[in-house]
Amino acid sequence: MPPPTPRAGTPTPALDSDGNPVITTSGLTKVYRSRGREVTALDGVDLHVREGEVYGVIGQSGAGKSSLIRCVNLLERPTSGTVTVAGQDLTALAGRGPRAGRELRQARSRIGMVFQHFNLLSTRTVQDNVELPLEILGTSGKERSRKALELLDLVGLADKAKSYPAQLSGGQKQRVGIARALAGDPKVLLSDEATSALDPETTRSILQLLRDLNRQLGLTVLLITHEMDVVKSICDSAALMEQGRIVESGTVSELLATPDSELAAALFPVDGEAEGEDSTVVDVTFQGEAATQPVISQLARTYNIDISILGAAIDTVGGLQVGRMRIELPGQYEDNVVPIGFLREQGLQIDVVGQERPALVQEGAK
Amino acid sequence: MTWSQMQPLLSQACWDTLYMVGWSTLIAVVGGLPLGVLLVLTDRGGLLQNVVANKVIGQIVNVARSMPFIILMVALMNFTRSITGTTIGREAAIVPLAIGAIPFFARLVETAVREVDGGLVEAVQSMGGNTWTVVRKVLVPESLPSLISSTTTTIVALIGYSAMAGTVGAGGLGDIAIRYGYQRFETDLMWITVAILAVVISVIQFAGDFAARSLHRRGGRSGPAPKLRLLKAGVSSPAADVSKVA
Repeated sequence: MPPPTPRAGTPTPALDSDGNPVITTSGLTKVYRSRGREVTALDGVDLHVREGEVYGVIGQSGAGKSSLIRCVNLLERPTSGTVTVAGQDLTALAGRGPRAGRELRQARSRIGMVFQHFNLLSTRTVQDNVELPLEILGTSGKERSRKALELLDLVGLADKAKSYPAQLSGGQKQRVGIARALAGDPKVLLSDEATSALDPETTRSILQLLRDLNRQLGLTVLLITHEMDVVKSICDSAALMEQGRIVESGTVSELLATPDSELAAALFPVDGEAEGEDSTVVDVTFQGEAATQPVISQLARTYNIDISILGAAIDTVGGLQVGRMRIELPGQYEDNVVPIGFLREQGLQIDVVGQERPALVQEGAK
Repeated sequence: MTWSQMQPLLSQACWDTLYMVGWSTLIAVVGGLPLGVLLVLTDRGGLLQNVVANKVIGQIVNVARSMPFIILMVALMNFTRSITGTTIGREAAIVPLAIGAIPFFARLVETAVREVDGGLVEAVQSMGGNTWTVVRKVLVPESLPSLISSTTTTIVALIGYSAMAGTVGAGGLGDIAIRYGYQRFETDLMWITVAILAVVISVIQFAGDFAARSLHRRGGRSGPAPKLRLLKAGVSSPAADVSKVA
């Protein structure tokens, strides 16, 4: 596989730490043609999802998220580029023409997918819905119902096996959708806005379920969403999509450590306006160990400066304890190089707000 | 004419009508269902997209549908003779009836199948299902209530067509009404025929609506038990009957 070409401002995808990429797309492009007009939905997308992680792709509607996730199991044929899932080049299996050949269909049956609108068959009971993928795989009747009941138990709906989808709430329907997606023992689960049609509380419980499944079964989850909260609560890694491109990507801690990261700022917003003209505003991000050190009081004592805290928050992002604080130091940036250097030495992520970043600072951050 | 004279005539005519309509409905469903599904599949964006095939099938269906039945019946005479060996009698009438009803039913099937949520098709594809799986597990079962309503509509239309077939010697209720009611001024017999037709059509419409409704309800909200549904369907169906027959 050729190494991905890092675009300016895009952190190189981390493949090093733990695990191999399970889903890889390279140079994925999708162009829709209708009546002579061309719309580019995907514009050279390189995505790397590692085994066992929850990977969130976030973007506004029209950013190309939906096309991306549909290209991963080739429900949409990419115009160019390749998709590799679990070591198998799906684009090579696709063949020509819109119809999916046997090999591609087999590969698809090993990729689970859940949908925003659940897509359950209304004429089948919950159990029969979960059995559907097994029917397609040709599993015997007894084995089918055993497996379906086991999966319904796993998602907490064992008592609803004989109900029809219309008798269930949205959250329950999505649980059925998840159980169905797991029926073929997939290694990879694709989630297409799975929580977007649900209320906040149900969203949390479905995300929790996805997280549990990810942990228990070692399931790799690729999800697309337009809700930052989804990424915040369950994703290990995330990518931001805009106009068919991935603008930023990386693990959550990498993103938080990236200066000026839009995703990090959105995942973890801090507000606060500077009070005086002659001051420097700095965002301090704590992760893990650093969060426990009394750095701000150390800073004040060491350099004898007055620090105002404009805003602060502590939260868990992707299972990681993160704190962020916006502080105001007296004097221009040039006067504060030394205190800022001190903060960096403490292993903190420092972003100077509202200022053209000197090259030196960017260098220091990397 | 006394009732004892009318009775054997009528029962034979009823039986003939049901015989013709029954067989032609069966053939229309067997022929029209795949045709209707094919119209959806071959359409732009369909699973078997094929613009040429779609246009050709669509055109055949349109022409056959817009043909007045009485003309179709006469035009098909040679074809009918080659199949049944005759052009007279109820067997012979089944041929044009079925051929007239196939495109009619196919269009209704097309409409019903188009109503199926594309997301369901996508879901089955994502499980590794092929086109045949999609048809068998999604398109047909999910549109079944509509398909049953379409069948009802087709049966009612065929009862109408079968009366026309009566004019060329097919027998049946239409034949009775014309020969006795129109040609011999046996007004009583004619009115009885009309009444029988009205009853038959109402019963079929009611049965069809009930079947479609109970299938639909199965996936519907947690409604009352099946027996209660029967009552409810009975109360609300006359309005639906009128609109559909009309």
